[in-house]
This record gives sequence, C-alpha cells and structure tokens, in this order.
Amino acid sequence: MEALSSLHKEAIREFLYKMADDQLILGHRNSEWTGLGPLLEEDIAFSSMAQDKLGHALALYTILHEHLGEKDPDTIAFTRNERELRCCHLVEYPIGGYDFSLTRHFLFDTAEHLRFEMLAGSAFEPLAQVARKIKGEIKYHVLHAQTWMKQLGSATEESKARMQSALNETMPLALGIFEASPFEAELAEHNIFAGEHELRNRWLEVIAPTVADAGLVLPDIDALTPAYGGRQGYHTEYLQPLLTEMTEVFRIDPTVEW
Amino acid sequence: MPIISLDPRVTRLEIPEEQGLEPIQPNEYFETYEVFHQAKSGDKHIHVGSVHAPSAEMAFLFAKEQYGRRSKSYNIWIVRSSDITSIMSEDADIFATAPEKTYREAGGYKVREKINAFRKQHGSTQQSS
Repeated sequence: MEALSSLHKEAIREFLYKMADDQLILGHRNSEWTGLGPLLEEDIAFSSMAQDKLGHALALYTILHEHLGEKDPDTIAFTRNERELRCCHLVEYPIGGYDFSLTRHFLFDTAEHLRFEMLAGSAFEPLAQVARKIKGEIKYHVLHAQTWMKQLGSATEESKARMQSALNETMPLALGIFEASPFEAELAEHNIFAGEHELRNRWLEVIAPTVADAGLVLPDIDALTPAYGGRQGYHTEYLQPLLTEMTEVFRIDPTVEW
Repeated sequence: MPIISLDPRVTRLEIPEEQGLEPIQPNEYFETYEVFHQAKSGDKHIHVGSVHAPSAEMAFLFAKEQYGRRSKSYNIWIVRSSDITSIMSEDADIFATAPEKTYREAGGYKVREKINAFRKQHGSTQQSS
C-alpha cells in the first residue's frame, strides 16, 4: 500500500476510532444483560453477540496500533478519557428494558452490517480484511434483531406498544450514528469509505420494510433531531459512569500481564 | 404398544394423545423444538438437544448460539417436537434381540475359508488373506 499522507492518516484514524468506540461501548452495554436476559437461550445469544462486538473493537484498535502508530488496544480502550472517545450517543444509553436494548441492537447492527459491507471493498486493505472477516457474524446479529422485531411487533398489544415506544425513543439517537466527520470528502476520494450520508440512505432503505413487516411505524425522519456530538467528543451523562466501571479493574494495575 | 408424538405434553405430562391435544396458542406457551446440527457440508444432521421458543424462526436463533457457537457448524435443522413420532422408552425391548441377529449383516457370514478353498481347487494363484 502507498505511504499514507498525513491528512489521509488523520482521516482514517478518526474513522477507525469512531467505529471501534461504538463497538466497545455497545459491547459493554449489551454485556450488562448477561444473567438477566428474558430467557436462558436469549441471554446466551445476546451475551455472545456482545462479545462479538468487543472482538470487532479489538480488530479495529489493532489496525490503529499496527498501521497508524497508536498505542496498544488495551491502552486505547481503557485509558482515554470521555472527551477522547468518539462513540455516538445511541450506544451510551443504559440498557433500559429489553424493548429498548433490542431496538437499539436492531438499528445499530443493521447500520453496522451495511457499513462493513461497504468497507469490504475499501481501498484501505487492513480495514477491508476485517470487514470481510466479520461479515458472517454481523449477518446473524441482523437476523437475530429482525426476527425479534417481528416477533414482538406482532405478539400482543403490550409488546407492540412497547416496541413502538422504544422505536420512537431510539430513532433520533440512531440518526446520530451518521454524524458527518470533517473527513468525509477525503475518505470518499481515496475510496476508503463512501460516506455517512450514503450509509444513512442505505440504512433507511433496509430498516423501513423491516419495521413495516413488524407491524410498527417508522417515525417521520425529517421531523427528528439527530443526536449529534458524540463524534466530536461531546457525550451524554451516561458515558462517564460506564467508563469508570469498565476501567475499574484495569486501573488497579495498568502494567499487569493478563 | 403406542406410537406417540414427541410432544412434551405426551412424553412428560403423559396426557394421552387420543384425548385430543389442543393446538398450542402462539404467545401463550412456547413450543419445544428439536435441534439437529450439521458440522460440515454433506454430513448427517445429528440430534443435539431441544430449545423452547415461540416460533421455528426464534428456535433457530437460540439453537444457533446453544449448539453452534463452539464447534464447527454448517447448518442446523429445527423440527417441532410434536411433529416427531416416537415410541415410549418402556417399549425399547422391541429392539432387544437385534444384536443377536448377525446373519442379517454381511459381517455375520464366515465365507473366507470357502473362497480360498474354491480358488485352490480351481488353480487360482491369488491367495486371499
């Protein structure tokens, strides 16, 4: 691969950090369901997918370490402060009820699936390789999410109402996934990534029929205010407590060999 | 001896099927589904256990993680337990004498000596071991 120019490098660095941070934080959030899931089998499935997310974060932090001169993955994951993280607000929210967590999982993982599908052809080869490797895993995540949406969207009056309410609550947060970076043009020009706007359009095309299939109503997108700020380091009140808890053991002795 | 459904209401609660089992109402009770795991293309699907779920699709989601996440997997079949026909375990004695009937298997015949004698008699130089 050609040597990366400094602007080029900065663009990729920013891009990798936001994707990896989303995975790390949502992986941690979803793992909070371990032992509390609504059914034993679902508890195992949801925990397993949360673990997958940490694996995705690790793969992306490893690229940052090996190709962009960033510190090792553990240091990146556990020692940055809140303002240095680039995750979107959607992944920061507490797990809430299972309706909220499932809907978030559906909206986020559908976007993730499409994002990595786009990245499988990226000109930045290390990223393209990761995207191709994890695409099967994410395919199951989307199947899981869609099947649950359909199940609860059509089961009982209560389940339908709760899923609709969760969808209304999560949509503005989910739109925050697609907050534009200062490097959109740079990434597109170098065929690294076609852009958040393009991804958002593809995402809407996929979620609209699934939501309709589930018997739910997609809120009017144009009337919503997307929850932006996460990509610039401005976060919700929920992120810092999560970081404090997540890094608690690491901070006891950051040099220890695991 | 009865031929019975693998429906847990029959096998575990011992409700006679002739009483006419009510269809299970979706969203009221989960059904049980049997899981058959295939390790690689062309392999047999092997019964590995069961899951409770409100639909076959949901059963697949659960079975994939229960039975497919730790070993090599290629496919999984999901079958509603009540769609499987079986016998009661107390009737397993219908198979009791099967291992004794070796004359039903090719290996049950000792013919090698006869073949060798035949070849010798007819001048064949090929000895079979």
